[in-house]
Amino acid sequence: MLTGIVDGRWLAAAVIVVAALFVLPSLIPPFYVYMLALIFVTALLAMSLNLVLGYGGLYQFHHGVFYGVGAYAVALILKKTSLPAGVAFIAAPIVAAITGLLIGWFCVRLTELYFGMLQISLGSLIWAIVFRWYSFTGGDDGIHGIPLPPAISSLQSSYYFILSIFALSVAALYLIIKSPFGATLQATRDNPQRCEAIGVNVRRHQLMGIVIASFFGGVAGVLFVVLEHSVFPDLLFWVLSLEVFIMCLLGGWFTFLGPALGAGIIVTLRTFAGIYTEYWTAIMGVLLILLIFFLPEGVMGFLLSKFKGRSEHVEPVPAPSLDTTAARPSTDVASS
Amino acid sequence: MIKSLHPSVVGPGPSLRIAIAMELAQNLDLAALGSQLLVGLSRAMVLFIVAAGLSFVLGVLRVPNIAHGSLYMIGAFSAYTISTLFGDSSAGFWLALAIAPLVVALVGLIVERALLSHLYDREHLMLILFTFALMLILGDLVKAVWGADYRSVLAPETLRGSVSVLGAPLPRYNLFLLFVGPLVAVGLWLFVNKTKVGKISRAAAADRDMVSVLGINVNAVSAGAFVLGCFLAGLGGALIAPTVSVTLGMDHTIIIESFLIVTIGGLGNVWGALIGALIFGLTQSLGVLLLPQFAIVFPYAAVVIVLLLRPRGLLESICSSDLIDSVNRKARS
Repeated sequence: MLTGIVDGRWLAAAVIVVAALFVLPSLIPPFYVYMLALIFVTALLAMSLNLVLGYGGLYQFHHGVFYGVGAYAVALILKKTSLPAGVAFIAAPIVAAITGLLIGWFCVRLTELYFGMLQISLGSLIWAIVFRWYSFTGGDDGIHGIPLPPAISSLQSSYYFILSIFALSVAALYLIIKSPFGATLQATRDNPQRCEAIGVNVRRHQLMGIVIASFFGGVAGVLFVVLEHSVFPDLLFWVLSLEVFIMCLLGGWFTFLGPALGAGIIVTLRTFAGIYTEYWTAIMGVLLILLIFFLPEGVMGFLLSKFKGRSEHVEPVPAPSLDTTAARPSTDVASS
Repeated sequence: MIKSLHPSVVGPGPSLRIAIAMELAQNLDLAALGSQLLVGLSRAMVLFIVAAGLSFVLGVLRVPNIAHGSLYMIGAFSAYTISTLFGDSSAGFWLALAIAPLVVALVGLIVERALLSHLYDREHLMLILFTFALMLILGDLVKAVWGADYRSVLAPETLRGSVSVLGAPLPRYNLFLLFVGPLVAVGLWLFVNKTKVGKISRAAAADRDMVSVLGINVNAVSAGAFVLGCFLAGLGGALIAPTVSVTLGMDHTIIIESFLIVTIGGLGNVWGALIGALIFGLTQSLGVLLLPQFAIVFPYAAVVIVLLLRPRGLLESICSSDLIDSVNRKARS
């Protein structure tokens, strides 16, 4: 049934990789298990962002908000109510998706830079409320010691839980991108005018993309809580959003797995550089600059161009559309 | 940030007779309003100076400089070092105010010549990535040089204390900021509109290729614009230093505020940056009177409202469609 969408060889490769990752924790020290789990969480966040950034061509500048909202939702439900954990795990991504619907509903009226800036201000609004509402969200202290079901509270078991959810989410994202909806979303990125002309509701598709992306951002937030047992307002701060954005650029936003690679690079770098020096951000900055000068296509782009022989899997490089005024004449809400 | 809430917001004590208490309450509220207004206006002036620098760089170079906040932080820390060299004397402060922005401008010049100037023909997103990397490096540089402690800069003696107007104590330093802000605004306006260099930079913002065709060295213009932007960031940092604790992390707050101010004002527009800064500063300081706990929410809400009503900013952008077109051309090629 899936043969039309998923290449058999790639499916087999994916199954082997996931199986290998399942065996891994019994072979490596807990420290690396933790780091791998953190990479999965961050990679899911970056890949969910890339659905709208790379495939939708939208300047999703504040994706971290949905991550934070998902994390806070699950934390608050587990801490303040007696609902079972399963309900919290399902409700939190839905809360994130609703937040995405609300923010996106305003944002799709604007384009490129202005879209991003409106999203930053709406997101910062939520951050500011979370940051200051001490009686409900714990303010700048956040919430610690979130009670999780015993089945997933150890590091090993949480690793398996995170890996399973990560694999399922990535598969779902892949199917969404390959679906008719995904194809239309990419079409709205490449040529919104023509899409309008053939009767595609560009804004509605973009909004749908944002809702899906924020849902999976919320899933990543839930996984973060499973891993860390705590939440804090920095999850919704714009610096984190920017970092995730950078992961997509670094890995290559024009590929499906690029953002995951970017997330892996940054998390690994931070973990190891953090052991040896407190100046790990400067090291990351220097590496980024070297990358800009010597690997302008991003790491994934570099790897892909190295293996040109297998270029049937290499998608052409569509710029994330910064498509604008010219393309979308009726973007002003109330300026007339 | 607003340092402290004026104590009178709490209201008068209950021991007074009701009539007197009410009258007092009224007076005190006015006093609170007055001082919050001054706090908001003076903060707006610093925000304006920083945002104007960001706006100028964005307009002429098309670079959304994420590291702008780090340059502001370097300005504040340099002001600290220079003023402590002179034992916190008045002369120390004035020297710091004069030299710190130049230090930051020098940092900007080095960065522009050594790195940024090689990247102008690159894709826009790569420039964002570059300035982000710069922010990471400069942030750690500040940590390495000055450490993670809180620092404070003393205002010069003439600007310490406060003057009392209608019972409202107005800090002198804030009044001084109120004087400096418009001075910088007028100076910038004169520079951009009346000098040849300013006109060329405006032309470069509108059509870079055409300016280049006319035989003008656009790279030199870009370098100058970037250095001027850095100078303004440093000036803002040096000016804010006596009113806040100078510390790591001050770059993160200012940069997001500056970007939002530039956006609602109109990209590259100096007066727009001034209006945006006033909106930002005043909504926050007056928000303290309404809902002290959630005062930081108000400016963001104001930005949302402005962007929904006027998606392209309040005033016209000097590089309106061209900025976006050039981005598109680069992205497509």
